[in-house]
Amino acid sequence: MTDATLTIRFFARLREELDTESLQLPATPEQTVADLLSELAARGDRWAQLQGDQPVMVAVNQAMAKPSTPVNAGDEVAFFPPVTGG
Amino acid sequence: MISIQEHDFDVGAEYQALRASGSGTGAVVTFAGLVRDSGDLSGVTGLFLEHYPGMTEQVIQGLIDEASQRWDVRQARVIHRIGPLALSDQIVFVGVCSAHRGDAFEACAFIMDALKTSAPFWKKEISGDDAHWVEQKASDVERSQTWE
Repeated sequence: MTDATLTIRFFARLREELDTESLQLPATPEQTVADLLSELAARGDRWAQLQGDQPVMVAVNQAMAKPSTPVNAGDEVAFFPPVTGG
Repeated sequence: MISIQEHDFDVGAEYQALRASGSGTGAVVTFAGLVRDSGDLSGVTGLFLEHYPGMTEQVIQGLIDEASQRWDVRQARVIHRIGPLALSDQIVFVGVCSAHRGDAFEACAFIMDALKTSAPFWKKEISGDDAHWVEQKASDVERSQTWE
């Protein structure tokens, strides 16, 4: 299967403020979470908050990730605010 | 066992199930968390709980696995509710059985503290037509870090 896209998901406050639950982006070689954040923040307007003052957490394939985590074609990348369960 | 559910749970029934975990069990510690007014918004009547299906269960299973490596854990049970909840509703349950109380107390506290800062749940407080997302508390992060 040649799935050359990434699935990007947003949760809670970010999902509401970006008015986006999920989107597909083409995967590019040697991409990291940090690259993806820059690409999304460059959309401007409310998307700039992804690189703003408020902390953004990220998970790649449902495991917590860091800016340096690589992302590959077929991956699910999720961005969300710090968690508040319990 | 992990359950993410909208419906309520019965602490007594959960305790009895943990109690039946085997003859080596000498201690059962249970914790139940209730919905409370965080004080960020006035007139709060309840909240809505969102989660990341799939990842939530994986993260909690990882916490149970870590607890089982650090302490004697015969059985662990975690229930977390999602969706609309009213003030004073039960929201979370953690139950642990061990041979001795020390392990059961510590494992239960660890799972609960770590869940609060690592499991992908988000609370949105509701006050009439107003709503706002609850912010993560520094005290919860500090408490979770004490287990590292």
